[in-house]
Amino acid sequence: MQTKEIAGKQVQVDEDGFLVNPNDWTREIAQALAAEQGIDVLTEAHWRVIEFMRADFAEKGAVPTIRRLSKVGGIETKELYELFPNGPAKKAARIAGLGKPQGCV
Amino acid sequence: MKKLLILGGGTAGTIMANKLSQHLNLDQWTITLVDSDPVHYYQPGFLFIPFGIYGRNDIVKPKRDFIPSQVELILSEIQFIEPERNRVKLANNQVLQYDELIIATGSHLAPEETEGLVGDGWNKTIFEFYTSKGACNLQKFLKHWAGGRLVLNVVEMPIKCPVAPLEFLFLADWWFTEQGIRDKVELTFVTPLPGAFTKPKASQILADFLSKKNIQLVPEFNIEKVDADKSRIVSYDGKHVDYDVLVTVPTNMGSEVIGRSGMGDELNFIPTDKHTLQSRKYENVFVIGDASDLPSSKAGSVAHFQADILTENFLRHIEGLPMVEKFDGHANCFIESGFGKGLLIDFNYDIEPLPGKFPLPGIGPFSLLQETQMNHWGKMMFRWVYWNLLLKGAALPIETQMTMAGKQR
Ligand SMILES: Cc1cc2nc3c(=O)[nH]c(=O)nc-3n(C[C@H](O)[C@H](O)[C@H](O)COP(=O)(O)OP(=O)(O)OC[C@H]3O[C@@H](n4cnc5c(N)ncnc54)[C@H](O)[C@@H]3O)c2cc1C
Repeated sequence: MQTKEIAGKQVQVDEDGFLVNPNDWTREIAQALAAEQGIDVLTEAHWRVIEFMRADFAEKGAVPTIRRLSKVGGIETKELYELFPNGPAKKAARIAGLGKPQGCV
Repeated sequence: MKKLLILGGGTAGTIMANKLSQHLNLDQWTITLVDSDPVHYYQPGFLFIPFGIYGRNDIVKPKRDFIPSQVELILSEIQFIEPERNRVKLANNQVLQYDELIIATGSHLAPEETEGLVGDGWNKTIFEFYTSKGACNLQKFLKHWAGGRLVLNVVEMPIKCPVAPLEFLFLADWWFTEQGIRDKVELTFVTPLPGAFTKPKASQILADFLSKKNIQLVPEFNIEKVDADKSRIVSYDGKHVDYDVLVTVPTNMGSEVIGRSGMGDELNFIPTDKHTLQSRKYENVFVIGDASDLPSSKAGSVAHFQADILTENFLRHIEGLPMVEKFDGHANCFIESGFGKGLLIDFNYDIEPLPGKFPLPGIGPFSLLQETQMNHWGKMMFRWVYWNLLLKGAALPIETQMTMAGKQR
């Protein structure tokens, strides 16, 4: 664990750069994390995913899977891949300030 | 009389019926178990069928043989669970009232979740080995196959027995060598995971095995559809892999009755407390085995460890005592690696598979994360252990909670 300044705020991140505390998250941090991931502009469509993820996490205590984003969040998987290319579940979780999705065992 | 109802008489339901018929006071409790299928399948045996090592007869026995006589067995499809009203409706029109409910309805394949998977190619060039029927079909096909590109694709996680796809490929490598056509067969493992397995150390070691055996690994492939005309699988981000024969591990889902009853998540798995195994919603409902949404492996060994915990907790729960036993996610899996050898992994929620000796520290006889003949014999012996000890709820010489003794960081 280490402390890092993102968008002018001191926050704790894990070894892969995921926020340790989801409550540290702000929309500005999301912008900065997105830029780190090669997404320069967060559009309406991006925000819809991020907001669903944060709300679902708050309710269920777990980062939603791609299937959950589609079945419960109504976000088409194809679209998700276009919005967050190369590993959307992980990328979107990171930008949403949530921990790394728990890999299945 | 109080009523305990157990739904599902596969691995987990059968163990619970055996354990609780021994531990409950049967002057006060009746136990009823419902399952639609009179046949008990030894599912780990499915892996060996495509290669002619086991036939169907080696892996089936009547369910009734494993249900104790004090337990009423009803053979019927479960139609609907009404947890708010403590009752369950069966397809045979029976309505069963219960005081306590244990759900052990497992998981099953849902190939129709993937576009193009179940079409003209199904059982011709597209096969699965997670059912007895599918495994038998694949055996018939492979017997006469002259070679080409065999692609094994895991559609999505979680799947039961997450090491089975790797074992299938290791055995395929051995089997095609035996048939004298290994040089005509290209083996490829296509998985949505970032590597060969979920946990870093095991993933690395298993990836080394794949490359040693000349099996290609295509990670982070999230299948969108099968293009059967072109004989290729296509991912959501437009990548594709061509096959001559596709062996799929389709989406695994909880029983449809869970979905119908509104008790499951998006895969029909039931939200369950990961330590006590109590339903997160209903106090008198417990979930064991593949049916739960626990982040533990979906495996028979896991169901066995859970059964020890659930028995203790259940007995305390009906006395009104707090449930103190905690399931730690313990899993223990032999991995068949071909050529008469195998590996073994032992892990839990927090500790990934590590090398070492098992179950006796420093002695074994089994070796963790190392390929030995002894591990292969452990895997083959597991069938005997399953029918004769595990299903009956007998104690195995393995601790319920994982131990660090004998493991090396
Ligand atoms: C190919 C393969 C290899 C495997 N290898 C291993 C291994 O090496 N080691 C290991 O430990 N595990 C292995 N497993 C996993 C193991 O078999 C399962 O995890 C285990 O059987 C789960 O037990 P369960 O009781 O939860 O479900 P199951 O044993 O599947 O039982 C569920 C039961 O519920 C019944 N049911 C479901 N819905 C209804 C309904 N609506 N009405 C009536 N009845 C219903 C079904 O008929 C079934 O009998 C393997 C599995 C497969 C497929």
